Formats: sequence, C-alpha cells, structure tokens
Amino acid sequence: MYKYDEYDHAMVEARVAEFSDQVRRRLAGEITEDQFKPLRLMNGLYLQLHAYMLRVAVPYGTLDSRQMHMLAHIARKYDRDYGHFTTRQNIQYNWIKLEDAPAILEDLASVEMHAIQTSGNCIRNISSDQWAGAAADEITDPRPWAELLRQWSSFHPEFSYLPRKFKIAVIAAEEDRAAMRLHDIGIQIVEKDGQHGAAFYVGGGMGRTPMIAPLIKDFVPLDDMLSYAEACLRVYNRYGRRDNIYKARIKILIHELGADEYRRQVEEEWAHVKSLGIDPPKAEFDRIAKQFTPPALDASAPDDIDRSDPDFAVWVDQNVAAHKVPGHAIVNISLKPVGGIPGDASSAQIDLMADLAEKHSHDELRVTHAQNIVLPHVRKADLYAIWQALDTAGLATPNLDLISDIIACPGLDYCSLANARSIPVAQKIAARFSDLGRQKELGELKLKISGCINACGHHHAGHIGILGVDRKGTENYQLLLGGSGAEDVSLGTITGPGFDEDGIVDAIERVTDKYLATRTDGERFVDTFRRVGMAPFKEAIYG
Amino acid sequence: MKLLTGNDLKTGFVTWWTGADWSLHIEDAADVGEHGEAILAAEEGARRVNAPYIIAGEQTPDGPRPAHIKDRIRALGPTVRPDLTLKPADPNAGDWVI
Repeated sequence: MYKYDEYDHAMVEARVAEFSDQVRRRLAGEITEDQFKPLRLMNGLYLQLHAYMLRVAVPYGTLDSRQMHMLAHIARKYDRDYGHFTTRQNIQYNWIKLEDAPAILEDLASVEMHAIQTSGNCIRNISSDQWAGAAADEITDPRPWAELLRQWSSFHPEFSYLPRKFKIAVIAAEEDRAAMRLHDIGIQIVEKDGQHGAAFYVGGGMGRTPMIAPLIKDFVPLDDMLSYAEACLRVYNRYGRRDNIYKARIKILIHELGADEYRRQVEEEWAHVKSLGIDPPKAEFDRIAKQFTPPALDASAPDDIDRSDPDFAVWVDQNVAAHKVPGHAIVNISLKPVGGIPGDASSAQIDLMADLAEKHSHDELRVTHAQNIVLPHVRKADLYAIWQALDTAGLATPNLDLISDIIACPGLDYCSLANARSIPVAQKIAARFSDLGRQKELGELKLKISGCINACGHHHAGHIGILGVDRKGTENYQLLLGGSGAEDVSLGTITGPGFDEDGIVDAIERVTDKYLATRTDGERFVDTFRRVGMAPFKEAIYG
Repeated sequence: MKLLTGNDLKTGFVTWWTGADWSLHIEDAADVGEHGEAILAAEEGARRVNAPYIIAGEQTPDGPRPAHIKDRIRALGPTVRPDLTLKPADPNAGDWVI
C-alpha cells in the first residue's frame, strides 16, 4: 500500500489547518454561507437533508486496517455509530456537526486520509478494480497508475475549476469490475507486443445523459500516460461548456465534437504537453510501484477448503473469488443483508472487518463500487474462521452479484437532491427475493437503484435499474432493463410508465418470472434480455 | 400555510421558525404567512440559521406538517432508521410522513 511521503503529509496537514480556520470563521459569523459553501465542499462537507454529510476519500478503494479502524472511530465518536460506503468507493457520514469537522479531518490525516476533492468541479477520487493486485485475470496491478493519477490530480492548479466534476477509473483486466467505460476517463492497462500501455476511453458517464465512453486511443505507452491524460483534460477544460450545468460534463463535449475531432485535438495538445516534461521520471514511478509490491503469499499453502459446514459452503460458492496465488482467495463481504441498508456498516462491523484484514488479509481491505468490502489476500485455510466471525456480526450474507446485492443511493431518506427514496425499495425487493435458492436460480442479476436522475445508484448500468422520480409530489419509480457496467457495457432502457413503491417490486417479480420462462441454458438475465428484446418483458409487466 | 425552515449552523440539524426562534420540532412551527421572505432575510442576516427557505405546509390536528414529502422526511428523520429520528421511542411517529 502507498504510504505518504513528506509532501503528502505537508499537503494534507496544511489543508486541515486551512479548513479549520475557515470553519472557525464561519462559526464566528465572519463569513457567510455563500462564502463558506465552496470552501466546505472542497473538503467533502455537504449540507444534506438532516445534517452535514462528510465524504471521505478512499483512493482506488484501498485501505489498511489502521485506516479502517479510524473510519469506525469517526462513526462512533462524531456520527451515529455507522458509515455508508458509496458507489465511488468512498465512505460518507450523515450526521456530522460543523464544529467537529476540523477534528475529524485531523483524525483522518493521522492515518493518511482526507476528504479533499470528494466534491467540487475537480478530479475526484480515482476508482479502480477492487480485486487489484489479487485478481487472477489482471495483467498487472493497476493501483500504482491510479496512485500516480491521484498525485497528479491532487491540487492540480489547472484542473481545480473544471466545467464540471471529473471521474477517472483505472483497471488492468478484461473483466471490468469498476464500470470503467462509465467514467469521464476510463483507463484500461493493456498489453501489446509484450509491452503494457493504457487504452483511453473518454466521455462516459451516467447522470441525466448517460453515455458509454468511446475509445479515444487504444495504446498510450505508460511512460506517457500522465501527459496524455493532461491533454484530454486540457481540451475539455478549454472547450467544455460552463454556461449550462447540464451540458458541462466531458461526455457532452465529445458527443457534440465527435470522438474523431476530440481525438485530433487531444493529439495536437499532447504533442505540446509532452514537451513540458510532466511525465514522471521512471525512478518516481518505481518509488510508487514499490509500495504496491504484492504481499509475500505462500503459493504452497493448502488449496483445499473443508466444505463440511453447508452454510459456509454456500458462502464460499457465492462470495469467495479466485486469487492469482494458489492456496489463497479473495473474500467479498456483502453489506446487503436482507432488511439492511445497502452500503451501511456499524462502527463495530467496520472494526471487525479491520481486525480480519489485519489478521488474515495482509492488513488490506477494499471498498467496492457495489458498496461491499473485500479482503483481497486470504489463505483458503483461514476462510472458515473468517466466515464464522463475519456471520456473528451479520456480515456473511452469501449474495454477491445476486438480485439482493443491490446498489442503492441514499435517496430521499438522506439526500437533498433526491426525488424519491431508494433504500425502502431495495429493502422490499430483497425481502421479496429473500429465499437464497430463488436468488441463485436467477443467477447473476445486478439491480441498481437511484433516487434521482443524477444516478449515484448507477441505475442506467443495472441489468435491472430503478429510477425514483417525483410525480406530482409522490414517489414514482421507473423501471429500466438491459444495462451493464461491466465489460459488456450497455445502458438500460425504460420499460414504460412508472410504478409506486409496491408496484415496482411486483413489476420486478414479473420480469424475473418472464426471464426464468424464457432463458436458455447458461443465459444470465441480461443475456436473455439482449436476445429477446424488450417486447416480451413489457408484455409481462404491463399485459 | 407557509413554513420557514433551515438548518442549524453548528449541527446542520433541521430547524423550524416558531415565530420568535428556531426549533427542531415541526410541531413548534409557525405560519409565516406573507412575512417569510422578510423573516428569512433577517434571520439569515443575523446568521441564526443556515440555508433557510419557505415551504408550503398544512395545519393538522397534530400540528403543522410540510406539504411535500421531502420536507416531511426532513421534519422527522430517515424513514429507514426510526431509531435516528426525533422520536425514536414512538413506533408510530412517522405515520404521517409518507
């Protein structure tokens, strides 16, 4: 894991001191809310429905047990004993007091964390594959490149006031576990002629105008990755619209310019940028990469798993994934118990996961964009002990990628932008499909719920998506089918008129019944939908 | 009726204008009639409230209630965490919210 150097420490500590003074001035009445708002947002502090909300960055979703314990401490001391893990691989606290914000940021800085650039029109937290460094299918660990991008984008003077927020994802496997092509820039590290390079997909995103990022350049030598990214941002910063917030994202610029013209302008800019020498010297990259050296795992560790406990075996089959090193596995901890709130974890649960990481996963954890937690480096021989501990804490729900593993934004229960509640809908769906046998019969089925058009719940990318809207002052839910945020990326299509809260649950059951009656062997829900199209599902839903 | 609401500066908690001060409880809210803008300007100017705005409300036997679901949820707390609302001990406290 990356450890801060003196510059990182100095930057974060200076920001804490600066923001502490800004909070003091605000509380003393020396500055107005209009003056203070952009300052607090630069430090991840929002004013939400019930209180201030603090969004803490978890760079590329990676953290160690010390940091995870600190997240639990903050939940316990300053919030209401829980935190909410988000689709940006971050954590949010919903009940923060303004007067506590400086102390929280000091606590975070003490474990090399912060809330910088988790809001505002800047380059946000870099996201990545939650299985990075462990996945059997990756060609390299993408996180050193994500870390390089983090350093480059932190306080980047040219990109601190972009036309709109900007999100970057980096992956290094064919299987896309980070919704890479639904980012402003999606980088896939690829191999060509024995060399690794970066494929740049630019102009994707969700929100009110969802778009899949087109391939802008298929291979940028990794030594040039930063200068190419800089060129991509420069063209956007120069020509992205600032007159209309709804047309300000880079996806709109590329849509209007066309991918070819955008590519031409980036190439022209890149030719200039490369001459500025912003790509780091190899020694600097090597310094970063060294900190992501894989943990020393014993490849001769036992590869067998004692599956004599049937409940444990069910969990292993659903929530444990292949590790690149024999005798080891990736543990996916579901934060989606039936009746729970997707992504929420109590301070005690956060502490427990930190303890398990320290004891069994080389001190590492990951936050996933699906609002779950990963222990990336676990000996298979330790799986049973881990499962027992998780089970005791209500963290052993064996539903990874099943219909109850629902992504849901905070919705109208917490968010001032939302038009409808997301969480109760997720809870009702999970309850309706609570029978695990039924869920497994349905197989991989990614259900994603957003409480407004901003799409924090990734509804466009759900095999089944739900969008909450306000219809004359009451909550109404539109149903979308056929989306995917994975390597088979696609955008969901609205089925037709929306439903009330109970109606949407019934509609989903009609959709899944139709799928079971229509599928061929081995077809996932989304495969069947793509084969037969919307019409039979529409008929099943509306008659 | 018209209600004036905002957030407490220090805590961010939802507050309601009572006619003389600010309260966490919607039951204490006063009808500001046509005076909302003037009160809002004065209170914001005095920095006694954060991000205030005027909403439509209705008088009920149990007291004033916001007309829109968003402000009804603001008035009590998240519907999915009754333990975190203003009335955690009352299982029926949120019956009017949705």
